[in-house]
Amino acid sequence: MDFDFSDEQTLLKDQLDRLLADRYGFEERKRAMASPEGFSAEMWARYAEMGLMALPFAEDDGGIGGGPVETMIVAEAFGRVLALEPWMTTVITGGGFVRLAGSAAQRAALIPEIASGALKLAFAHTERHSRFDLNIVESTAKRDGGGWLLSGHKSVVHDGASADKFFVTARTAGSRRDAGGIGVFLVDAHAPGVTRRGYPTQDGRRAAELSLDNVAIDAEAVFGDSENGLSLVHAVVDQTIAALCAEAVGVMEAMQKLTVDYLKVRKQFGMPIGAFQALQHRAVDMFTATEQSRSMAYLAAMMADDDEATERAKSLHAAKAEIGRNGRAVGESAIQLHGGVGMTAEYAVGAYFKRMTMIDVAFGDSDHHVGRLAEMGGLF
Amino acid sequence: MDLRFTRQEIAFRDEVRAFFRDNLPESVRAKLIDGEFIGPDDYRAWTRTLSAKGWGAPHWPVEHGGTGWDPVRQYIYLEELQKWPAPAPLAFGVSMVGPVIAAFGNAAQKAHYLPRILTLDDWWCQGFSEPGAGSDLASLRTKAVRDGDFFIVNGQKTWTTLAQYADWIFCLVRTNPDAKKQKGITYLLIDMKTPGIEVRPIVTMDGGREINEVFLTDVRVPAENLVGEENRGWDYAKFLLGNERSGIARVGLSKQRIARIRELAAQEFSGGRPLIEEPRFREKLVSVEIELKALELTQMRVVSNDAKRGHTGRPDPASSILKIKGSEIQQATTHLLMEVMGPFAAPFRGAEEDGWNEPADGPDYAAYAAPSYFNNRKVSIYGGSNEIQRNIIAKAVLGL
Repeated sequence: MDFDFSDEQTLLKDQLDRLLADRYGFEERKRAMASPEGFSAEMWARYAEMGLMALPFAEDDGGIGGGPVETMIVAEAFGRVLALEPWMTTVITGGGFVRLAGSAAQRAALIPEIASGALKLAFAHTERHSRFDLNIVESTAKRDGGGWLLSGHKSVVHDGASADKFFVTARTAGSRRDAGGIGVFLVDAHAPGVTRRGYPTQDGRRAAELSLDNVAIDAEAVFGDSENGLSLVHAVVDQTIAALCAEAVGVMEAMQKLTVDYLKVRKQFGMPIGAFQALQHRAVDMFTATEQSRSMAYLAAMMADDDEATERAKSLHAAKAEIGRNGRAVGESAIQLHGGVGMTAEYAVGAYFKRMTMIDVAFGDSDHHVGRLAEMGGLF
Repeated sequence: MDLRFTRQEIAFRDEVRAFFRDNLPESVRAKLIDGEFIGPDDYRAWTRTLSAKGWGAPHWPVEHGGTGWDPVRQYIYLEELQKWPAPAPLAFGVSMVGPVIAAFGNAAQKAHYLPRILTLDDWWCQGFSEPGAGSDLASLRTKAVRDGDFFIVNGQKTWTTLAQYADWIFCLVRTNPDAKKQKGITYLLIDMKTPGIEVRPIVTMDGGREINEVFLTDVRVPAENLVGEENRGWDYAKFLLGNERSGIARVGLSKQRIARIRELAAQEFSGGRPLIEEPRFREKLVSVEIELKALELTQMRVVSNDAKRGHTGRPDPASSILKIKGSEIQQATTHLLMEVMGPFAAPFRGAEEDGWNEPADGPDYAAYAAPSYFNNRKVSIYGGSNEIQRNIIAKAVLGL
């Protein structure tokens, strides 16, 4: 039992924290948000230089060989500054499909591109009626000679507006709710038959709607078993959830810090409002919720690549549920304790609150995960 | 980072489990599972079993009977003790007065009192709270005046848990009324058989007889029963606050109760199916389980930090989190357990010692569910209420 980071991990954390502290202030973030891509191309290049894009890939594949703890360190740091770059979708989610299911040829083709920052990926899974259920897939993939023809419509594809390629789930067999018959395909954003419409999300990021109309895919673009891809999707989503939990902890930590700092400087009735017990206790509840969430982000990180799928899933359901619930509590308190200034678009705390809220509705909100965990028989 | 225990730690855990399985009478375990009070005889017998094994007070200095276990092993031991469940050694001796005597007592006090705590030859109770001194403990008024080789003590203590069985009471008393309130307090050990001590029971709302008032009238306490220095008692009492960390969250206890809830909710029916299959109940239970898992990890973070960097001896704000969340979860689980009983939470069963010999109504396991829920309201009040814990975090961690 050990909760300390290794020396290398500490180095990674310090290096990234320093870069973000120097270069990723709230005003810089606003400028990046207003750019055509919706994120900072300059920071993206710096992350690649630092090796963040190569982080989780095996050294034999040209990666750095980092694990879920390294992912956690990076995601949490990004959460603290509300980084906009599509790192998680590209490296953890997209990269997850490559790592877990890529053939030698697929890995050799994709990992160097990801590692250099040349390739941006997104995961196109959600459909109009799938909500958070990973098994509900209506988009179809039909065999066409040696390859496939993909058709369907994918919604709320995070970072989909800037992605070069999409990992797309499509049904190769069975009916819309079947666990079997789901395949994972890599689709080029500019392939004939692909239409995307980018739009902003509530938290200042970008997403896209993606339409696929008989998009021709060759056999090399299939990842894993085209008839039985759901377990792969679960594995990749679980790793993504672990990273989101870490990001959420960064977001909560930032909200808590902003709030406590504000309580010390804002004066009313002739004294700092932090002297009032009602506000102190609410701030303490924010602290407690953040620390409990951090504990669950640790659990998520340490279980994210566990081979035992049931235990892994239980832990990640628990972590995402706890973090969704606590994140909302921390965010709402942060706004409340700031009073009117917390309501403004100009001040940072609202941006954190919005990101936290959107993390909850990504890959299952807390009710969803509590429900799934309950069906699985709970934790103890 | 690694959440797993080492192979040696797992072997240790198995050894602890096996010891509890082989040595704790099933009747005592059954009482704990049902939330029934275990009497002084069971306590004494079990304490002696543990002490004979050398496990009576794991966290004490080795020379006084401690085990020398590192914080991780102490944590595993307590977790297993609570999960089995086995009775925890009486905290008043082992966790409260024992460490204070070991740290601040003189050689004669250590030699005399510490072995008797381990065997429960001396049953200790705590004389801190007073009618006018609860959260504001330092405002206590029980007075001790030096008279030659004695202190003459007058005043009243309250909420004194299990004082009816106690041989000794450790008391905070005021020896200097003119000093700042924390500076005039002295830590005294008082024999409960001394003339002038009267114990009156306070019946709690669950029907329990755990707590008492203790009246002290011209009680003559030999000066040799002074711990440390006169007027330094507050420092010794505060030393305890940071000392109690492992186990304060009662994670093992809550795990055991959740297992019990699952077991019984599979037997009770609602809407034609086992209660445990009802989504609303199941999801409430799972929500508590998730909180408990987070608390378990938070506790492991504290333990791991202690193991690596050593316990500073200063009160750790993390222990305030453990107390707040731990007590909330204990209360949530006792409520869920009562909910499992449905209408059979209602029948009242009195104590045999009060002459109660009515036949049981409803399943046996239902009898103490409601009283246990009522009784567990105390856990967010004692040992520094959860509001006081929030004050501590606000000041010590947030700097407010």
